[in-house]
Amino acid sequence: MIGFNLESIALIGALGLIVIGALGMVATNHLMRMLLALVIAEAGGNLLIVLVGYRVGGVAPILGVGEPGAAMVDPIPQVLVLTAIVIGVGVQALAVALLLRIHRAYGTLDLRALRDRMDAEVAAAAGVAPDASQEAPLGARPLPPVPVGVTHGAGRTGPLPALERRA
Amino acid sequence: MTAWVALVVVVLMLVAAVAVLRLRSFVAAVAATSVVGLGLTVLFVLLQAPDVAMTEAAVGAGLSGVILALALRRLGLWRIEETRGGREDA
Repeated sequence: MIGFNLESIALIGALGLIVIGALGMVATNHLMRMLLALVIAEAGGNLLIVLVGYRVGGVAPILGVGEPGAAMVDPIPQVLVLTAIVIGVGVQALAVALLLRIHRAYGTLDLRALRDRMDAEVAAAAGVAPDASQEAPLGARPLPPVPVGVTHGAGRTGPLPALERRA
Repeated sequence: MTAWVALVVVVLMLVAAVAVLRLRSFVAAVAATSVVGLGLTVLFVLLQAPDVAMTEAAVGAGLSGVILALALRRLGLWRIEETRGGREDA
C-alpha cells in the first residue's frame, strides 16, 4: 500500500524519473538534452525493476549476510539491472557517437535548424528549390523527380502512372 | 529512519532531474545527471542491492558522466561561464 515507507517513496521516485525523462525527450529541441533525458528515464526504469524484487524485511542476497535461511530480496531483478546499467552506458556511448557524426555533418544539434539544413540538402540533391515542399499546399508541391536511368515496366523511364499499379 | 533517508534522496533526484531539463548550461546538466545516478546508488543500498549500487556508482554515475563530459568537449558545448541572452544551440 501507499504509505510513508521505503517502497512507496522509491516507487514514487521511479515513476517520477520515468515521467520526467520521457517528457524531456519529447519536449526538448536539442539532441544533447534529449540524450540526458534518456539517461534519466533509464535510471527510473532500473530503480523500478529493483523495486519489483524488494521484500520487506529481506536481507541482501549475498552468502554470509544474515543468518542462513533468512528471507532475502529477489536477486533476479538485481542481476537484470546489473546488466541493464552496463548496457545503458553502451547505448549512451553509441548515441554520443551519432551526435558527433551529426554535428560534423550539419554543424548543429538543434532539431529545427537540423531539419532545415537536411531539407535544403535533400532539395539540392534532388534539384528542386529548397523549402518548396514543407509549407506549400498539397497542389503546389513539386512532384519528386525521377532519377535519370531508372527504368520500370517495359523499359520506359519517367514517373510511374497511378493507374498501372497492380491491384 | 530509512523512509526519511529515501524521502530526502528521492526529492533530491527529482529536483536534479528537473534541473537537467531546465538548466541552460550543458555542463551543469551533465553534473545533474550524475547527481541522479548517485541518488540512485543510495536507493539501491536501501533496497538491499549493494552489488547493483556498486555498479551504478562506478559505471552509471562515473563512466557515464565522463562519457557525456567528453562529448560536450567534442561538440563544443563546454562553456562554464553563464551566457547572457540567446539560446545555447551550437
